[in-house]
Amino acid sequence: MTAELLTGGEAIAHGMRQGQPDVVPVYPITPQTPIIQVFSKFVSDGRSHAELVDVESEHSAMSAAIGAALAGARTMTATSSQGLALMAEVVYIAASMRAPIAMAIGNRALSGPINIHCDHSDSMLIRDSGIVQLFAENAQEAYDLMVMAPRIAEHPDVLLPVAVCLDGFTITHAAEPVELLPDDVVATFVGEYHVPHPMLEVSSPTTRGPFAMPDYYYYELRHAQGVALRNALDVFIDVAAEFEALSGRRYEPVQSYRLDGAERVLIALGSTAGTIKDAVDELRDEGEAVGLLRITPFRPLPMDEIRAALAGAQRVIVLDRADSPGGVAPLGAEIAATLYGSECELERHVYGLGGRDLGVADVRAIFAGGTPDHFGVREHSWPA
Amino acid sequence: MAPLKPWDELEPGGIVVPSEAAIPHTSGWRTGVKPAVDGAKCVNCLLCWLYCPDSAILLDGTTFAGFDYDHCKGCEICDEVCPVDAIEMVAEETVLPERGVR
Repeated sequence: MTAELLTGGEAIAHGMRQGQPDVVPVYPITPQTPIIQVFSKFVSDGRSHAELVDVESEHSAMSAAIGAALAGARTMTATSSQGLALMAEVVYIAASMRAPIAMAIGNRALSGPINIHCDHSDSMLIRDSGIVQLFAENAQEAYDLMVMAPRIAEHPDVLLPVAVCLDGFTITHAAEPVELLPDDVVATFVGEYHVPHPMLEVSSPTTRGPFAMPDYYYYELRHAQGVALRNALDVFIDVAAEFEALSGRRYEPVQSYRLDGAERVLIALGSTAGTIKDAVDELRDEGEAVGLLRITPFRPLPMDEIRAALAGAQRVIVLDRADSPGGVAPLGAEIAATLYGSECELERHVYGLGGRDLGVADVRAIFAGGTPDHFGVREHSWPA
Repeated sequence: MAPLKPWDELEPGGIVVPSEAAIPHTSGWRTGVKPAVDGAKCVNCLLCWLYCPDSAILLDGTTFAGFDYDHCKGCEICDEVCPVDAIEMVAEETVLPERGVR
């Protein structure tokens, strides 16, 4: 297999094309635009049979996607930031109607101030929508996760939207060597989409998205949705194992990097993990017991795997690329809950909002117990 | 009220299939009146069936067969459209035959 020089956006577009979607309703927004620009060229060149629906907004994109997915069409879309914010209402509906939609999110800061660069505030806005969120570290992972996304979304135990989250510009626009699987291999891997109760089956009409009362069945359906999202973790593990057999590339819920004997461990999502790995390598060479734990599925959160991976850590430092004004930033809060009762110390930082870079020197400073002046907010340590 | 199903017996997303669509009884908030019909006056025009905004007019094949009080909301439209004045709204507590045909 040979590598091609592709941006993350191009890699995602290839992953979408090879996954053979039937319907792609989409609205352009920076930094997602290159994804749909390249994908629409695939359609016009006859390399994808997808019906590309030019909708007038992201709210409509997700609305159209729900109808298509429930009718029995493999459906994909992509967005970023304000687009995801506008789409958010319907993302909840997609999850509750159990519409398996594979989507990409080019992570970008939410306004305001208006900004087009990366942070994770857009993905975190839909944290509780009930969809699967997989964070990629680089263009290769973005492609690989996009290939896996329909398999996870369409699994009968899941039937939920799956979002592949890739850092805006850092991944969407930066070109890297990416290995693509052959088209026929991916076609076999993703297989056919079989929807339970196709909506257009007129011989067996169904009511979709019915009103749910306090006594029947709002609570039950919310519970079932939560269970399905939890199921996505096992499905992710199984699908990743199949994918590894094809590609040689291994995906696990958490990626441990030099955690053997690590006393201080950084936790992060997305492309920052690459920078942290460089810093960890430098510090390990200098004899420091440091490591990285990168989480791929933020939803469903692999709590058992996180606890197991951090069993030997004395100090855990969470880097959040989103803030929660007035409260605890999302990843830090999740890790605090996951480690509740543990002896280790927990420290949390918000970093990189609005695309501010985090360099190797910054990561070294964090490991050393400091807070680089420019990079973010030092939050409370826990336990105090 | 039919017995509730547990969460793991529901269709994904609460899909309602035809066999189950009529199961939830939705007449709990009826307005306080309900229709009754004089069977001798009914000419089986089925205007009540056509106009009923719910599914509360029962048919036996193509023959009017009374009211489904598990779904009737008491809107009085059937009473309004009946051309031979066979339908009359009566107080909720009135004791009627099961399908309201007198």
